[in-house]
Amino acid sequence: MKVGVVTFPGSLDDRDAARAVRAVGGEPVSLWHGDADLRGVDAVILPGGFSYGDYLRCGAIARFAPVMDQLVPAAKGGLPVLGICNGFQVLTESHLLPGALIRNDHRKFNCVDTRLRVENAQTAWTSDFEQGQEITIVLKNGEGGFVADERTLDELEGEGRVVFRYVVPEGGRNPNGSYRHIAGITNERGNVVGLMPHPEHCVEEGYGPSLDGLPFFTSILKQVVNA
Amino acid sequence: MGNVVIDVMLKPEILDPQGQAVNGALPRLGFDQFTDVRQGKRFLLTVDGEVTDEVLEAARKAAETLLSNPVIEDVVSVRAEQDVDASRAEQDEKDPGR
Repeated sequence: MKVGVVTFPGSLDDRDAARAVRAVGGEPVSLWHGDADLRGVDAVILPGGFSYGDYLRCGAIARFAPVMDQLVPAAKGGLPVLGICNGFQVLTESHLLPGALIRNDHRKFNCVDTRLRVENAQTAWTSDFEQGQEITIVLKNGEGGFVADERTLDELEGEGRVVFRYVVPEGGRNPNGSYRHIAGITNERGNVVGLMPHPEHCVEEGYGPSLDGLPFFTSILKQVVNA
Repeated sequence: MGNVVIDVMLKPEILDPQGQAVNGALPRLGFDQFTDVRQGKRFLLTVDGEVTDEVLEAARKAAETLLSNPVIEDVVSVRAEQDVDASRAEQDEKDPGR
């Protein structure tokens, strides 16, 4: 089972994403932003980092990289794609997912363990979670505030396309000002998932607050094997 | 040589933390009459020759596809701007004694 991990100039977490794929028995395949070639992979991860220096807008320039010319139609055709942090920003800029990520409302870079509730355990990347399960994984971002217009937010909620929500006390604030505490979403088909927190940093003992990142990668392994 | 100037602003309903940071700093310098600050982006696109209708049309397309994200931003204006140095040189030629 081959999972491609795209490296853009400025990607940081491509190695960790590849390592997480390997940890669950998958075969990571490096994909280069400048090559219009998906190398026959069964799924793709867009990793965290600061592609193209976050110039213009986060993910805005990465969206037009040659590899994206292949990835966008493949994702629309059902190829499983996971966008983590900067990868999520690339997915929204590519219009594979709705909404946008803007600067944190408190204007500071965040590096914290976050509690998330799994709101949709039926996507290609979350089937190994229980619906409603709470997990703790790390979050590190400066521009992670998820925004969209009211109609889009209602649609996402109505169609069960909010995949993760920050767990916050009643009336409390989430780590980045995301509307309706949304941490991750999916497309209609459930093959494309984007989230700001980093599951790939939570797959090994001794690193991060938990092993709660593992089910992302075991989910996709099963999905591809069963497909 | 001609220029196209493109102005992009965050949509009014989108939170602007950078503008807020600036707004917070103004009173410290004694500017206490401003109640809000919104920060935008200006792009200056340069072409060889005149800014034709085709050039403006291409600039509009670039503004909508790459330079702005329609989910959170509005393209406020796309307009041709005479190159300042070129027009000054032109003036000097016409009127060397200026």
